[in-house]
Amino acid sequence: MEAVPARARAYVAGVACLAVLCVLPLPAVRPPWWALLFLAVLHAGCEHVARRRFAGTAHPAFAPAFHPVLLAGAFLLPPPAAALVALPGALLSRVERRPVLLRRVWRAARLAVAVAAASRVHGALGGRDAVAGADFPYVLAPAGAAVLAFCLVLTALDGGLVALGAGAPPPPLGPWGRAPVRRAWRGLLPRSLAPVAVHGLAGLMMAVLWRSPYGPLAALLVLLPMCVSWWASAQYHRERAAHQATIRALVQAVDIKDGYTRGHSERVGQASVMIARELGMDDERVEVLRFAGILHDVGKLGVPTRILRKDGPLTPEERRVIELHPEYGHEIVRGISFLGEARSAILHHHERLDGSGYPYGLAGGEIPEPARVVAVADAFDAMTSTRSYRRARPVDAALAELERCAGAQFDPRMVTALVRAVARRGWCPAVTADEALPPRGVPAPDGPVADRTEAHR
Amino acid sequence: MTPRRRPHPLVPAAVLAVSARPAPGVLLLPLIHTCAALLALVSLAVTLRHGLDERPVACAFGALVAVGELTRWTGAGVREPAPLGAAGALAYALLGENAGRPAGHGALQVVAVVGAAGLLGGVPHVARGRPGTADHLARRLLTVGFTAVCFQPLSDQGVLRAWRGPAWALLPAGLLALTALCDAVLAAALAHARTRWPFGPLLREELRALPGIGSAVCATGAVMAPAVAVAGLWALPVFSLPLLLTQVAFRRYAAVRATYRQTIACLARATEIAGYTPPGHARRVAALSRAVGRDLGLGEPDLTVLEYAALMHDIGQLSLVDPVPAGATAGLPAAEQRRIALLGGAVVRQTGAAAAVAEVVERQADPYREQPLPARIVRVVNAYDEKVRHAGPGAPLEALEELRLATAGEYAPEVVEALARVLAREGRDGLIPLTSG
Repeated sequence: MEAVPARARAYVAGVACLAVLCVLPLPAVRPPWWALLFLAVLHAGCEHVARRRFAGTAHPAFAPAFHPVLLAGAFLLPPPAAALVALPGALLSRVERRPVLLRRVWRAARLAVAVAAASRVHGALGGRDAVAGADFPYVLAPAGAAVLAFCLVLTALDGGLVALGAGAPPPPLGPWGRAPVRRAWRGLLPRSLAPVAVHGLAGLMMAVLWRSPYGPLAALLVLLPMCVSWWASAQYHRERAAHQATIRALVQAVDIKDGYTRGHSERVGQASVMIARELGMDDERVEVLRFAGILHDVGKLGVPTRILRKDGPLTPEERRVIELHPEYGHEIVRGISFLGEARSAILHHHERLDGSGYPYGLAGGEIPEPARVVAVADAFDAMTSTRSYRRARPVDAALAELERCAGAQFDPRMVTALVRAVARRGWCPAVTADEALPPRGVPAPDGPVADRTEAHR
Repeated sequence: MTPRRRPHPLVPAAVLAVSARPAPGVLLLPLIHTCAALLALVSLAVTLRHGLDERPVACAFGALVAVGELTRWTGAGVREPAPLGAAGALAYALLGENAGRPAGHGALQVVAVVGAAGLLGGVPHVARGRPGTADHLARRLLTVGFTAVCFQPLSDQGVLRAWRGPAWALLPAGLLALTALCDAVLAAALAHARTRWPFGPLLREELRALPGIGSAVCATGAVMAPAVAVAGLWALPVFSLPLLLTQVAFRRYAAVRATYRQTIACLARATEIAGYTPPGHARRVAALSRAVGRDLGLGEPDLTVLEYAALMHDIGQLSLVDPVPAGATAGLPAAEQRRIALLGGAVVRQTGAAAAVAEVVERQADPYREQPLPARIVRVVNAYDEKVRHAGPGAPLEALEELRLATAGEYAPEVVEALARVLAREGRDGLIPLTSG
């Protein structure tokens, strides 16, 4: 078992007791047993298929629980029976991370409590009669209240767990982390309300058809569109992960040729993001700058490997070939439409403010803004990482050097932004690309190779 | 099928048979369009003469279909461009009663309302010059006509009253399954007429896509009809929402697929810019491989694997310190070819592409008897592209001849023959689109 704080265990146990209390009055309400059984089996089946489909995606946190059946149960059955519908699916569901038993109990208990609450609210507002009579505009009101109650209870329970130092985002407990109490609940409600509302609508449709002369079989058909849209979003997450891997592969292809700069691209991406955030750019532009930073040297793929790996001084001829790399890079990413502005950053990241850079010798405001950001981030990371011909400089010295060159080589605005961002958050880049590689500062095994583009600055 | 889907009575069957032989797809398109237009005209005329029954219901469903058509969106890999319109139309065709009262609109009114709404919703698309509106409308009218003609007479005569009960869902579900089959045949026929790709694989492709958005559309249609019967027109917006969500999810999926494809193409272009392979080689091999794969009857998932593998088949050369002369790997010794292929597979495994893609790249240089079909295709098409690159106008035939002679061990004969067919059909530098389907 991983280290799960004792108070978190106690909390889960408490919620489980609450769930048991919700289910206990079951015999007293005389539920329609066959409907209960049918819904429970249906929910368990959906849950099982869902967990299997989402198993391979990069973000297990995106695997949304499949709520329509649960909510249909809340609209059809009395609270204890509705809570019981949730149990088999959650208790039998597949858990990928340990501790398995605790996670299963937690999933089952939180859902049971939330469904019971939703069912109680729905019943109190006279929802079950409205459903049976298909009393249409009115039927939406109790259902909406029930969905809200469901979300609120789930949010409260999840937030409590996060506040106690265990578990991150809602459905499957993420890595056992911790968050300050006041931040534990932030963002949980808006994130879950919209999807649950749509599931609630589907659940309501199921419930209405179930009670109509057409019966449960017609209600089953409601699930089909939900399943299909769910499948599509699973595919979306899978494909998105594949896409990010391909971007990384582009960067790794550069590493194959120029083994010494491993991790450089990703760190430049992170420094660019820091500068962009500090300048108050919107999220979309920040994302574009991340890609611009990551891909800024992709044009080195076009430079012959012999020159990139050459040991010793470069001839003017070879230097000219290397200086083509921004244009090669621009040419390579030309077809990726989502990159947008990032393409100009790749083309112009070696321009200097005084107009003495390359490839076009642009000066001042002629240089696109993203390119000015990436230029600063690139130089900063080049100075703070070890190269064959010198050791890494401390962060302070690198920032001082950047400030010295601001105005002539770099845009002072970007330099100031980087200085402020580093002062506030520090510089501790996390790099995923080189996890399997020796730690930074140790020269790569294939010999000393300099980053030529940086060497002649 | 509706009776109108038969050949036009004024065209003798013999003429059809004779003229169909040289280009089997030529008459198909006008035939389908004429049937749909006739059906629409007749229903509109009859409906105008008798007036609209149940005006509010007709207007509500018409509005739903029109909105669905307005949000129509075609992109790569999209099977049903307007799911909301389709579901609304099918639900109207299956509507037997409204809030407890018999509905009483006939099959012809269904076709007339759907046709008018479809035309209305299609206007902005035509104005913006988007292609495919005529095909789309024809398909929609014929399938809805089929469903309505099957269902409405039964409903009018009260046959279904006896069925009303738990088993009721089976009838529309079964009918819609039949409709979906007809729709798949129609879609494949239209695609065949437009692109001249073989009909069989196209149909298989359509059928394979049915469980996706097609099933969601049919289920929504089948469920909307009883819901309106129980709850009245309130059911329409409530039941449209999940389908809209499905449409959004599919769009998002298609968008990220397109981006992914672009990125793979960029990765492929890296070898060209690095000077390892001639410009456009990867793209040409990918497009031609896709066409050959289609000719050999591969389905869409296999075609995607094939396309990605063909785009990245030379990526292993990035690991070489010195480029192969002109990037022509087909002329290298077999061991060297295999080494480059393995290096390429290692890069592809990092791209997040399916493992099948990496396997194709790795095995592209193996003797063909040991290769999976996509690897055989990549090998043949790659060799062909390298052979014809610098040659004159007679080169394609010579290259094919060389490939045929070498089939003993290296190139799979059935793939070479498929390549010959594709080249004969589309022309060497002709219309092989990179991003089809």
